[in-house]
Amino acid sequence: MTDYRKDFPLLSEIGENTVDGREWIYIDNAATSQRPQCVIDAERDFYLKHNANPLRGNYPLSVEATELYENARKGVRDFIGAKSAREIIFTRNTTESMNLVAYSYGLTNVKEGDEILVSIMEHHSNLLPWQMVARQTGAKLRFIECRPDGSLDLDQVREQITEKTKIVAITQVSNVLGRINPIKEIAAMAHEKNAIIVVDGAQSTPHMPVNVQELDADFFAFSGHKIFGPMGIGVLYGKKKLLKKMPPFLSGGEMIESVTRESAKYAELPHKFEAGTVNAAGAIALHAAIKYAQSVGFDVMQERELAVTKRAFDGLKELPHVHVLGSDRAEEHTGILTFTIDDVHPHDVSEILIADGICVRAGHHCAQPLLNYLGISSATRASFMFYNTEEEADQFVASIASIRERMGYGK
Amino acid sequence: MENRSFYNEILTEHNVRPEFKHDLPDADIVLEGVNPSCGDDIFLKLKTDGDTITDGAFVGDGCAISQASADIMLGMIVGKKKEEALQMGKIFMKMIKGDASEEEIDSLEEASALRDIAHMPARVKCAVLGWRTLKEALLGEDADDDDDEDDE
Repeated sequence: MTDYRKDFPLLSEIGENTVDGREWIYIDNAATSQRPQCVIDAERDFYLKHNANPLRGNYPLSVEATELYENARKGVRDFIGAKSAREIIFTRNTTESMNLVAYSYGLTNVKEGDEILVSIMEHHSNLLPWQMVARQTGAKLRFIECRPDGSLDLDQVREQITEKTKIVAITQVSNVLGRINPIKEIAAMAHEKNAIIVVDGAQSTPHMPVNVQELDADFFAFSGHKIFGPMGIGVLYGKKKLLKKMPPFLSGGEMIESVTRESAKYAELPHKFEAGTVNAAGAIALHAAIKYAQSVGFDVMQERELAVTKRAFDGLKELPHVHVLGSDRAEEHTGILTFTIDDVHPHDVSEILIADGICVRAGHHCAQPLLNYLGISSATRASFMFYNTEEEADQFVASIASIRERMGYGK
Repeated sequence: MENRSFYNEILTEHNVRPEFKHDLPDADIVLEGVNPSCGDDIFLKLKTDGDTITDGAFVGDGCAISQASADIMLGMIVGKKKEEALQMGKIFMKMIKGDASEEEIDSLEEASALRDIAHMPARVKCAVLGWRTLKEALLGEDADDDDDEDDE
């Protein structure tokens, strides 16, 4: 079996990132993934060898920077199956992408009395922008609720999408439950009523092949840092016919065709939405990350990730005081196991795991409405990637098994 | 598994079997203290007679650190003058910032079980929730005037 861990310096080099001389077990991948050397090199190489402001100068260095940046856009286009590179807008992250859609599309297309439909499992980044649109336009925000196992009742969704619905905003994979939502089916229902669908792909793109045309998503957003890329680069895909009619989100440099004292004619797509100097190094490193994911292959990544997730899940199922949220099948978790332990607060769980050298996330996971709906205030989340090992899963389970006793609750 | 974590017996005892976590119907001061980012939420209840805290209790939810710290605090302040309680709170904050002397830490008795929080920035808010709420309860709006954990 190929040892992919050696591609990731932080996972393979015993350096400062150790606890008592042992490597940390990093299972907080849903928060951010680790980065392979090739991505770090790509970002560094840009500044070392190709640094110039893209899209501006006509000297060779700037042309080179432009070419690398635009190639990255094409790489993203192919990665998510978009029709045109002009439909790919580089942003900082999923949150910024969602805000772009909300401010630019939402505020101009949603009117008083309209409805915006979101799912109860949305990350705050795909909820708060729609709360803002609803507040400013007088539209009504409605929620698609899920079954206790995280699945959606599609008949109910069909009923909830009406003539009044203008926007359906939903995540492809829940960052708490790890469950995959049937985007294609929901997109068809939305389009039947002339609504558009905005898809949060932050948790799906790192784990599965995505094709926005097949899904028929109108907008699709993801973050570079969750799929081995750098922080500070994200993507918004939008159908060209929608993007063309939208006003700019931010205005300023390099998003214009001509400017007079009073007004401006905006640049063509995608530059209309990329005001100011762009994060070229980030986009180029994201391109390297995408190529890395493609070179490993989603089939290989999924097989390994599932084996490790299943191992951890099976271990947790043996523990009577531990309750995993969502489906009882590891296949329906996309590497994410969010759980509670009777009587032990999630922040204490994560603190004990830290003592054992294990990195997880505790809290509400920026999904407070979902946790409230499930009747809990916070939970602990372990999230696995293909580079995690079964030994790591075993150590994680052993740690969890010891927690109640260590917190003074006896055996 | 070896318990190398920070949770010592004093802490787990006060969390699992708290002495002061109950209602206090005849309290004359009741104040809620919340850590919005992690969800710790307590109601501190005090019964006072002039300058003396004659009884105290708390109810609420939160992590072991927030709950144990509040319980330890009440054990220290019940029966004391308000001034003394506030002084203990000052020393506790000093300890949490890593600025307290060994003598000062010793004077905190069981609360000194939380001294390692000084190396755990993410948990400071949990440890000081009870003490911060106490200060607000006793001083009201004046509580913000002198320096506390928020001014860094």
